[in-house]
Amino acid sequence: MSTVSSKADIFSKVQEALVDALGVDDEEVTPQATLQGDLGAESIDFLDIVFRLEKAFAIKIERGELFPEDILTNSEYVEDGKVNQAGLKRLKERMPFADLSRFEADPNVQNLGKQLTVQDMCNFVEHKLAA
Amino acid sequence: MRWFWLDRFTEFVSGSHATAVKCVSLSEDHLDEHWPSYPLMPNSLVAEGMAQCGGLLVSEVYKFSELVVLAKFAKCKFHGDARPGDVLRYHAVIEQVKDFGASVTVKGDLAGRPFSEAEIFFARFDADSTEHTKGRVLFDPADLLKWLRIVGVFDVGVRPDGTRLRPEDYSYLCQTSSV
Repeated sequence: MSTVSSKADIFSKVQEALVDALGVDDEEVTPQATLQGDLGAESIDFLDIVFRLEKAFAIKIERGELFPEDILTNSEYVEDGKVNQAGLKRLKERMPFADLSRFEADPNVQNLGKQLTVQDMCNFVEHKLAA
Repeated sequence: MRWFWLDRFTEFVSGSHATAVKCVSLSEDHLDEHWPSYPLMPNSLVAEGMAQCGGLLVSEVYKFSELVVLAKFAKCKFHGDARPGDVLRYHAVIEQVKDFGASVTVKGDLAGRPFSEAEIFFARFDADSTEHTKGRVLFDPADLLKWLRIVGVFDVGVRPDGTRLRPEDYSYLCQTSSV
């Protein structure tokens, strides 16, 4: 299987997982769509999404692996509701699959979940499969 | 009205699956009140029964001691009406369990015909304790034990190796203090 078709396969399965978990249409699940903003995911949906990704790709996703909430609730990394430089460094280490450039511009804790995209999900799966 | 939406377990295998029955009776208030002159059991209450069947199965995985709550119905379908005299049978299967929750599928049948199906997610709050949820439980241990006995969990409940589930194996159920 070529890399290109692998990416397409990953997107297709991620899309199916999100359609099933969030009750959205296929065409709404574009790579650029944000899970919370565009697809209406709520925090509880991430549990559902994690289960579906595990099943679809036969992978194990540990708590905090997809969304490192332990960093966002750690006073060592968060000051006045914003992730500090040390926290951003930890986030980048823990989330190499995510494009955090937008988040870095305004590292309000609430923004991280809002900015996660479908492409980030695909990158996460690709990262897991390559591990 | 008591919030019991299944009458009895007929099968309960720890960490795996369970089957429960719900007998629909004309004496239940909601049948009279939902559609006047056309008594039927509202599907929302069938959904609650399916959730109770799967929820108790999941709670047992966490030793009945933790705050396990219905997080969402990812899917829920119904194929007909449940009328007085009908016996609904719910069959729940645990699909996945993690430290922060579990997914369960529940299928309901009526006289051997498919009646309902659902994918249900339960969240375990102890894995994500906050000041609001830390140490919280849903039920007083005595009330929970009474409910589990009434619906026959300890009459039919077994582990996968076939050994019986016993109340004394669950420390939370043996507590006497109220929550």
